[in-house]
Amino acid sequence: MVFAGFGGQGVLFAGKVAAYAGLIKGKEISWLPSYGPEMRGGTANCSVCISDEPIGSPLITAPNYLIAMNLPSLERFIDGVEPGGTVILDSSLIDREISRGDITVYRVPSSRLAEENGLTGLSNMILVGKLFHELGFCTDEVLDEAMQKCIPQRKAAMLELNRRAVALGARQ
Amino acid sequence: MKVLMKGNEALGEAAIRAGCRHFFGYPITPQTELAAYMSKRMPKIGGTYLQAESEIAAVNMVLGASAAGVRAMTSSSSPGISLKSEGISYMAGSDLPALIINVQRGGPGLGGIQPSQADYWQATKATGHGDFQVLVFAPSTVQEMVDLVSDAFDTADRWRMPAMILADGMLGQMMEPVELPEEGEHASTEKPWAANGHSNKREHNIINSLYLTPDKLEELVVERYKRYEQVKATEQRAEEYLCDDADVIIVAYGASSRVARSAVNKAREKGGKVGLLRPITLWPFPTGALQKAAGHAKAFLTVEMSMGQMVDDVKLAIDCRVPVHFFGRTGGIIPTPGEVLAEVEKLL
Repeated sequence: MVFAGFGGQGVLFAGKVAAYAGLIKGKEISWLPSYGPEMRGGTANCSVCISDEPIGSPLITAPNYLIAMNLPSLERFIDGVEPGGTVILDSSLIDREISRGDITVYRVPSSRLAEENGLTGLSNMILVGKLFHELGFCTDEVLDEAMQKCIPQRKAAMLELNRRAVALGARQ
Repeated sequence: MKVLMKGNEALGEAAIRAGCRHFFGYPITPQTELAAYMSKRMPKIGGTYLQAESEIAAVNMVLGASAAGVRAMTSSSSPGISLKSEGISYMAGSDLPALIINVQRGGPGLGGIQPSQADYWQATKATGHGDFQVLVFAPSTVQEMVDLVSDAFDTADRWRMPAMILADGMLGQMMEPVELPEEGEHASTEKPWAANGHSNKREHNIINSLYLTPDKLEELVVERYKRYEQVKATEQRAEEYLCDDADVIIVAYGASSRVARSAVNKAREKGGKVGLLRPITLWPFPTGALQKAAGHAKAFLTVEMSMGQMVDDVKLAIDCRVPVHFFGRTGGIIPTPGEVLAEVEKLL
């Protein structure tokens, strides 16, 4: 799966939560971020592989799942999504028709939902909630444990907000 | 349970658990997280983290620390390693063990900051001036980065020579699950040669690389090369993947070996007899494993993130008994499994 958006939207964090959920489930996993100047102003992204087999190349060019948080990210990755794959996008920031008929697209107004629900900055986790709801990959408990692994102790107060964001996303 | 760690941070933690308490660094993308990790951890465990004023200063601090008998390391990325080459040569000339980590980026010059393997020649043949080699280890996963840190320290101590871990931006930046060894499992070996305090209880030791008498210098270099022959005979490491019945064997290390492994799997799904031979030590080069593979393979294909710097070593290892082809991307581009598969299929 590929998580992509502007630097600062939390795409690397969202990917890390997904990776940890895979780890807790005992899968082979890898998390590869973009780094360097493309992080500043352009698109930040990370490739997350969750597999039963040892992972070869951790760089994903044809994702099964694309989580797109801005238009440049969607445009960069949409053509590569595997046929039968899934795209979850922030429809409050991306206003574009998707012409491909061989993929499933979920439009979640995650930025607007985050603002309206006192979850500013957690649009990423609303999309993670939607992703895991559609994936059916693991239980809510596993996802919760993954969040606990990713949120440092000194930011413990953020855990509850992340939980609310994930739950909100799952209902979309 | 395993933990998720970035390659750069895992290298740092592994070094600490291998008994390293002296790290001298200087920031450069894409290895900076390693220095940053050491700056946080070292003060908490009574170790020394020092950000030097330059790469050259950092490597010479490693020389000093190693001369005093402790496990010391530095890390950088390609342009920074060029700056360290003087100190690496001095350490080789002084028979000092140390660990140098290169998280490679695209070159030459300042190049770029994306992953590359274009420092193969530098690491294996020209790490600095003079007649010498360094041990070169090439991990391909974050777990192997952890495992090879203690291996590199131990091997460097065993042979009294510098060791390099040749990684790249992809391995440094990515996170994978790792199992870290318990601290203290890897005790340093005795170092009776160290120039440390001894309260006049023995003759003082001298660490030096300056020998103005040609006869003496030649003698020392020749002795060192005898040791290199022993290293070549005992320290080669390689991994074979589906090589036994393979008609075409890909030779690849580090990041590109992961891509190659994916290509091997795709080729096998289509019935192609393709294998992967992955050098884990680049010096000593795993000639034994390659010679064995050359007994049955019809062709080799090296896959590299460079313009083909390993091709000649493969040809030499197998005395050109079968053709050696090359596919690579450079400048910071990671090849795709599909590209590699297309090259392999041309040879089947």
